[in-house]
Amino acid sequence: MTTFEALQKRVIRRPQQRHIPVLATLALLCVMYGAGVVRYTGFSDTQIVLNVFIDNGFLLVVGVGMTFVILTGGIDLSVGAVVALTTMIFASLVRAGWSPLAVLPVVLLTGALIGLAMGCIIHFFDIQPFIATLAGMFLARGLCYVISTEAIRIDNALWTSLADYKIRFGGFHISWSVVISLVAVLIAAYVLAYTRLGRNIYAIGGNQQSAMLMGLPVGRTKIAVYTISGLCSALGGVLLTFYTSSGYGLHALGMELDAIAAVVIGGTVLTGGSGFLFGTVLGVLVLGLIQTIITFEGTLSSWWTKIVIGALLFAFIVLQRAVARRTT
Amino acid sequence: MTATITKHRLFWPAAILVVLLVTNVFFSGSFFKVEFRDGHLYGSIIDILRASAPLGLVALGMTLVIATGGIDLSVGAVVAIAGAIACLRISKLDDQNAVTGVLLAVGLALLLSLALGVWNGFLVATIGIQPIIATLILMVAGRGLAQLITDGQIITINSSPYKMIGAGYWLGLPLCVIIAVGVAVVAGLVVRRSALGLLLESVGGNAEASRLAGIKSRWLILIVYVFAGLCAGIAGLMISSNVSSADGNNAGLLIELDAILAVVIGGTSLAGGRFSIAGTILGAVIIKTLDITIYTVGIPPEVTLLFKAVVVVVLCLAQAPKFREKFQRRRPSTPAAPQAPQKVEVTA
Repeated sequence: MTTFEALQKRVIRRPQQRHIPVLATLALLCVMYGAGVVRYTGFSDTQIVLNVFIDNGFLLVVGVGMTFVILTGGIDLSVGAVVALTTMIFASLVRAGWSPLAVLPVVLLTGALIGLAMGCIIHFFDIQPFIATLAGMFLARGLCYVISTEAIRIDNALWTSLADYKIRFGGFHISWSVVISLVAVLIAAYVLAYTRLGRNIYAIGGNQQSAMLMGLPVGRTKIAVYTISGLCSALGGVLLTFYTSSGYGLHALGMELDAIAAVVIGGTVLTGGSGFLFGTVLGVLVLGLIQTIITFEGTLSSWWTKIVIGALLFAFIVLQRAVARRTT
Repeated sequence: MTATITKHRLFWPAAILVVLLVTNVFFSGSFFKVEFRDGHLYGSIIDILRASAPLGLVALGMTLVIATGGIDLSVGAVVAIAGAIACLRISKLDDQNAVTGVLLAVGLALLLSLALGVWNGFLVATIGIQPIIATLILMVAGRGLAQLITDGQIITINSSPYKMIGAGYWLGLPLCVIIAVGVAVVAGLVVRRSALGLLLESVGGNAEASRLAGIKSRWLILIVYVFAGLCAGIAGLMISSNVSSADGNNAGLLIELDAILAVVIGGTSLAGGRFSIAGTILGAVIIKTLDITIYTVGIPPEVTLLFKAVVVVVLCLAQAPKFREKFQRRRPSTPAAPQAPQKVEVTA
């Protein structure tokens, strides 16, 4: 929790309008956590929070890629399908006798290439991101079924030991996927905040026309964000294989919605140009915590998750509107 | 003459439909055969039309939404909710074949889908939320609501009047096709024989400018979302009645994407400001013909999605002005005449 407090302090020192959505998410998260601790015995265990990370590591990575795309004002519907394709290629190559470490670059490259192709179609032919990534979604899911219509188990000693490995500290444990996803978040946050690419992404999302007139490389940046999203989805797929130990064409069905919801709840504006990666982390945590609470409640059915997520989306979008109105 | 035909905006979709249909004939000789048996028509063509009816309806509502520069992602959820509530009401009836009871259930389902449309329209027109996000809320929450209605179960019913909607025949023709065509014709007449279509396009072109020009753009936007909700509701009734059951989780899954695809294939611009109802219906028929072609040609079902992806890319590229421009510019440059007049290459 120390990082939270540190970040909170930094934010409080410079209270700005653009931070309000992220702060609202943080407040919501605290309220939800507090309510959970008060209501359920055993909820205060720190391991519960760590479990949220363990169960949602892949969503976090996918959400990072989605944040990049949404910051430019685009959208990527293909992420769930690319995740599924990654698990499928991974499982089938491992079954064919490849070493998982050799498969890793192959799947990451495949994801990035799919993203690159979509980015090129979007930029060079002016196809709407919605339609181009929809085609990418069909393509990736289609490729899954070409590989196999059945689920493929990943039976590899090295991979199983990596997946089951628990990094222990002070009575708690996390998995490798948590470490990998947090590293991905840190790298991405650095890129967005401190590099030229990050500045360009915000500029394009703010106003593409102005960005172009300023001489920023609009095309290259747009292609780059879709490539990054593809890469992140592939990494998310790899993390999902840790979690499920299998490849299947129906994995991650509808994950694009979860990723978009996490980004929006995290305070990123869907028209682009405003938002923080830290918000996406909070958004994923909110989604994860909802699921944890519903599990703890026991009597609530799983569909309440969707209804609550919808209600939260509504609340955050209205909040964003209110904030945007006050600034302009 | 040929130039004017190929330049018509429905030329390419129509050509693709013809190619698909002709492909079918090669693989199944009796493809175009339509028989009259047991008082109604049978045949592959009728099957295609029947399958296209729900998608066509959803896409019809979507067309008007997209014409105003919006998008409605929640139609799939509305399909599920309408089917769920109707089946729930009917399953509670003492006599599931009672016409009044079924009509009440259908009326309730349609009323609910209207209300959901009002909700979407309220978010977009009154609060001013970007359409893709506003409807995303209902897309996510709606699936949950549908499951809440069915209690997570698949509700199975046994009601012959309800079965009529999706699987029945009237005057030898499938009732669902008649309903879909009827709604499309009425919508087409209303928007194209009055100024409404023009107003919708002007809102799509520039909502603010048309408001300043004295058009009540808020009302128009609200109306199109309500209409989209209603269309999705009718489609939901058709889908659930066709299988005599309601599945909150899977009914109408991904139909929003197919509907948007049908609209785009039909030549309606996703940016708004231009729409074609005939094109949309053509688009919906193409998508369903594609599905059936995949069966008759014997493409393994595993490759279906892949095939669809290729068709989507080809169609969208063929319609993208930027792609055509590049494609056409390359041609005159080969005979080393870079300043050849533009009109020449269009004919080819």
